[in-house]
Amino acid sequence: MIEKDLVILGGGAAGLSAAIEAHNLGIKDILLLEKNNYLGGILNQCIHNGFGLHEFKEELTGPEFMSRLAQKVVELNIPYRLESNILSLTKDKIVTYSNDSEGVVQIKAKSVIVTCGSLERGAGAINLAGDRPVGIYTAGEAQLLLNSFGYLVGKKVFILGSGDIGLIMARRMSLEGAKVVGVAEINPYSAGLNRNIVQCLNDFDIPLYLSTTVKKCIGKHRLEKIVLAKVDNCFNIIEGSEFEVDIDCLLLSVGLLPNVALLNNLGLNFSSSKGPLVNQDYETECDGVFVSGNGLHIHDLVDYVALESREAARGVKKYLDNKLLNKGHKIIVKPGKGILYAVPNYIFIDEADDQITFKFRVNKPYKDIDILFKIGDTVIRKIHKNAIIPSEMEVIKIEKNKFVDCFDELTIEIKE
Amino acid sequence: MKEMICIVCPRGCHLKVNDNNEVSGNFCPRGAKYAIEEITCPKRYITSTVRTINLKENLVPVKTSQSVDKKIIFQVMEEIKKAVVDKPIKIGDVIIKNVLNSGADVIATKNVG
Repeated sequence: MIEKDLVILGGGAAGLSAAIEAHNLGIKDILLLEKNNYLGGILNQCIHNGFGLHEFKEELTGPEFMSRLAQKVVELNIPYRLESNILSLTKDKIVTYSNDSEGVVQIKAKSVIVTCGSLERGAGAINLAGDRPVGIYTAGEAQLLLNSFGYLVGKKVFILGSGDIGLIMARRMSLEGAKVVGVAEINPYSAGLNRNIVQCLNDFDIPLYLSTTVKKCIGKHRLEKIVLAKVDNCFNIIEGSEFEVDIDCLLLSVGLLPNVALLNNLGLNFSSSKGPLVNQDYETECDGVFVSGNGLHIHDLVDYVALESREAARGVKKYLDNKLLNKGHKIIVKPGKGILYAVPNYIFIDEADDQITFKFRVNKPYKDIDILFKIGDTVIRKIHKNAIIPSEMEVIKIEKNKFVDCFDELTIEIKE
Repeated sequence: MKEMICIVCPRGCHLKVNDNNEVSGNFCPRGAKYAIEEITCPKRYITSTVRTINLKENLVPVKTSQSVDKKIIFQVMEEIKKAVVDKPIKIGDVIIKNVLNSGADVIATKNVG
């Protein structure tokens, strides 16, 4: 069987960033596998700008950001295979993939980084009621069809969910001549960035209906109309608040989930982020298998995906150098009151770098609160926030020497 | 006093502009520039795609080289829809020079062969 020091599963922003960093750290025996016939993943269809402010200190479009990474991979001669379908990954780190030129190939990897990105939640995931005619798409599907193939999937559009992809598509379809009738968000606050509310909705006079959802889709062949309704704070529909909108297209922008299909054979436990549990170096409970990017937890910005994937590559370097054995004092990281999830899920403090990076999201918007990092009853870090919202991932670094006590649990919580 | 949300970067600062055109609430100098521009002549970058003929991909993604007056966004879109790319193109190549005399070029954002 062919052996490799590192196999990277997925050639999007995460996979490319991990490959470049691993190469720079001296790992040369790499293979990157990508299912599409191009590198760069989802960035190829994200033709809007706003990428790269952290990574490249300038504002780039998705294809420009992607091209810089892909070009680097080519320049460094990092081996990759396109149109390769990854069939399985086992606990022994045997990767099986297939493509037209090689047939079915098995590789024994010393280490693996899984960078498979995320999947969109669709009509089934939210129990969307009513008919299933032509005209109901996820925002990402509509984006692919419009930006990569030139098909505008509707002329009179409504968008369910105020996530950034939905907002971006509201602007994009308006520019291409569609009438975007409105955006509905089930929460009493928007799930997207404020700048996207301004430049994608306000600029085009598109109304945003908060605490509102789609009660029913109606249409025989093509979508004809939807019934919208207000919801209470338990998301139950308020009877009598229904109103109808005539449309021919409904886009769903109701969240992303880490794509964990390839991790199914590894017997891993999962976090409330819906991704696998990982240690301080993004290694899963399966030794030598690392996960980063949206495949681990959903990020706000591709810049953060790139950064995290470089950190995962540094974890791989530690693993290959036998400096990541998962031994010694283990601290479990627990998301406490008000915290939706936190990464990492556990820390082997003796093997951790001098600074440990914590990423987390809150479960709803808060104002004037303290975020507490507690070991037992001792607060080792307190951060005040004037405002904090679920759609913005928080990143806090804590010095390793703060973890001197022999407690084995760290809680992150909000104090109002 | 005018309030607005800065769209220069994903941070989304809450900006305030007082009657003397002094900006507060901005994290970086670009926010101050944006706020003044937004109350005098609001501008936006436009990103879209241009059709291709005889190339590997059907579309080339494009952007304006600088932000253009918000009022002419749909007119610029009409120009972008009329354009066609028929030979291999690289990132940064100009597809429409000085579109509608706005001072901005429409440039490719992807290499398409």
